[in-house]
Amino acid sequence: MKALILVGGYGTRLRPLTLTVPKPLVEFCNKPILLHQVEALVKAGVRHVILAVSYMSELLEREMRAQEQRLGIKISLSHEKEPLGTAGPLALARELLTDNEEPFFVLNSDVICDFPFEDMLRFHQQHGREGTIVVTKVEEPSKYGVVVYEGDTGRIHRFVEKPQVFVSNKINAGMYIFSPAMLRRIQVRIDANTISEKHCHFIWNFQKYIYFFNCFWMDIGQPKDFLTGMCMYLQSVRQQAPERLRTGPGFLGNVLVDPTAVIGENCTIGPNVTIGAGVVLEDGVRVKRCTVLKGAHIRSHSWLESCIVGWSSSVGQWVRMENVTVLGEDVIVNDELYINGANVLPHKSIADSVPEPRIIM
Amino acid sequence: MLKAIILIGGPQKGTRFRPLSFEVPKPLFPVAGVPMLQHHIEACAQVPDMKEIILIGFYQPNDELNRFISSAQQELKIPIRYLQEFAALGTGGGIYHFRDQILSGGPAAFFLMNADVCSEFPLQEMLRFHRQHGENHCGVLLGTTANRTQSLNYGCIVENHETNEVLHFVEKPSTFVSDIINCGIYLFTPDIFGHIGTVFQRNQQERIQEELTNGKQMHEVIRLEQDIFTTLAGQKKLLVYKTQHFWSQIKSAGSAIYASRLYLKQYHQTHPERLATNQDGTPKIIGDVYIHPTANIDPSAVLGPNVSVGKGVTIGGGVRVRESIILHGAMLQDHCCVLNSIVGWDSTVGKWARVEGTPSDPNPNDPYAKIDSETLFRDGGLTPSITILGCNVNIPSEVIIRNSIVLPHKDLNRSFQNQIIL
Repeated sequence: MKALILVGGYGTRLRPLTLTVPKPLVEFCNKPILLHQVEALVKAGVRHVILAVSYMSELLEREMRAQEQRLGIKISLSHEKEPLGTAGPLALARELLTDNEEPFFVLNSDVICDFPFEDMLRFHQQHGREGTIVVTKVEEPSKYGVVVYEGDTGRIHRFVEKPQVFVSNKINAGMYIFSPAMLRRIQVRIDANTISEKHCHFIWNFQKYIYFFNCFWMDIGQPKDFLTGMCMYLQSVRQQAPERLRTGPGFLGNVLVDPTAVIGENCTIGPNVTIGAGVVLEDGVRVKRCTVLKGAHIRSHSWLESCIVGWSSSVGQWVRMENVTVLGEDVIVNDELYINGANVLPHKSIADSVPEPRIIM
Repeated sequence: MLKAIILIGGPQKGTRFRPLSFEVPKPLFPVAGVPMLQHHIEACAQVPDMKEIILIGFYQPNDELNRFISSAQQELKIPIRYLQEFAALGTGGGIYHFRDQILSGGPAAFFLMNADVCSEFPLQEMLRFHRQHGENHCGVLLGTTANRTQSLNYGCIVENHETNEVLHFVEKPSTFVSDIINCGIYLFTPDIFGHIGTVFQRNQQERIQEELTNGKQMHEVIRLEQDIFTTLAGQKKLLVYKTQHFWSQIKSAGSAIYASRLYLKQYHQTHPERLATNQDGTPKIIGDVYIHPTANIDPSAVLGPNVSVGKGVTIGGGVRVRESIILHGAMLQDHCCVLNSIVGWDSTVGKWARVEGTPSDPNPNDPYAKIDSETLFRDGGLTPSITILGCNVNIPSEVIIRNSIVLPHKDLNRSFQNQIIL
């Protein structure tokens, strides 16, 4: 089986992290986002993954070669000269996807969830139609693409993108199964500039079914949602594989710690914390609801809540960081500062407190 | 024989020092580890021939004041007494009212100083200067240099540079007059009372008229600066002695922290035993720090620069304190961070909490800059300043209290910024 993952764009909402590393390679709970998806696909029987990429594809390519070996599958890259939205990559990858009659997965790369790929496949084979779209229920539908459909028949009425007034709380979860027959029917005019979101509707003019997905789901394309998604994922780890979490004195709730991380004395970590490889937490550090990426160093007595600390960054002593502060790669925060909602670009040194949310270039 | 008079004011004065002044009269507030007044008294006690120190104010006699006076007397071996004005009589009215007591025993001269100033107190230099300048004058004013803009906030002195006479004096002018400002520290001869008497009599006439029309009884308020100095200036009666040593007013809580820093620095010369040092098993000390001997501090704490820790304070592991005053009985729990703040008596700061203010220091690049007496509000918001926790305030763990003033006996349950919490 094949899968197409729409990696596409520049990942601008996840800056400053994506200024250094392409979004699919940003570690989510200590594993690159893309790998969460690829591993789940492999488990469902996928042997060929096609990545529709446009940005930093060389970095991605290198990483994917390594994963090909490890997982024993084939990974191809479909290059977009510029981001082509959601329909475009499908059209572009047509050759690769239609060489046999097997259905294929299509995934949005920002999606993290308890991937239901086996279930989806079973459902798709059962109904025998041309497509399956996954929808999920969310609390704030206006951020997403809402799907209005008949609950019992699964017939779709319409799609509404980011509705300002409440239409429905079921949204397009960014996961699909299509049959090659559907793909052959798209008129492809690869006049690159004209392939846009609008052309999505071409696809929907065929018989498709709704698969309603009930487990945790998050679009982790921006820092606030990245952290919320982290909390959900850690909760699901607690339910399915609790031995992966770190427990004991000084650890509260769900905490994931890479074995090479070093944690000092009198720290209190958690709930909802991910500590990456080689991270050092000195004595007396308190961390809550944060992701600390590889190689970062948090010095003693600091207090962090709802932050993402970028690779190799250094946070000084007695620092207080909160309110979705994101430090890019190799950022230095001096001792005794207060950082509230700062978005700090890579390689920056912070010498003064940031009492109100802002971007530090 | 000499005497010293210290004007300590009363409860209606020093409102800018609230909420700290709710618990203790402002002149007794600890600056650099000891009550504000003690710095004055120690300086006076050093002057040879100082016979007694008289405190004049309109506080009701209270335990705190009495305790302070008796312990200062014992320690410094000099008589100290408190004369209570029956009403606020002004900076000239109080001493005029008690002139007989002041002049009893026949002192050749007496110092007069305001309690809410922080100074190096160059009293012996003032005395020498006074004696060098003959018999004509009845007062020496201590002056210092301020920058042009800030001089408008003080009494301004115009000096004759050859004779050191005060040619002109005006209190808080609206336009620039002089960059020499009045420090609120004076040396007078008994003749000064003659001049005050004249003004008193003149005011009496006016006052009687006023009472007849208004029916209200006015007290004989005499303000030294506006009523006496302005008249005596230009008559060769007043001299000014200029000092370049440190001087500051202590009007607000922020200036208490600034004054602490000045006094702590002076301890290197005057009281080195009051400064904490780095030793094994003691907290890390940076810069000038005062720690009361009964304070209990974890060795992993880091204190300073400019920190005063009061009686019985407990400081836990990994605590950081900088530019702050921690008052008696307070408790700072593990890993918390206190910057530019005053933590009130018996207050508690929880683990990993952050209590932070904004310093209001004078511009360090201007040698004549003085600390600003900021208004409480500016542009519709609270002016960022020192964070003050009143007495018995409880700050929970892991919150931030920034640029805020918390009134006494309050238990907070969340973070606050830029607020007055009643």
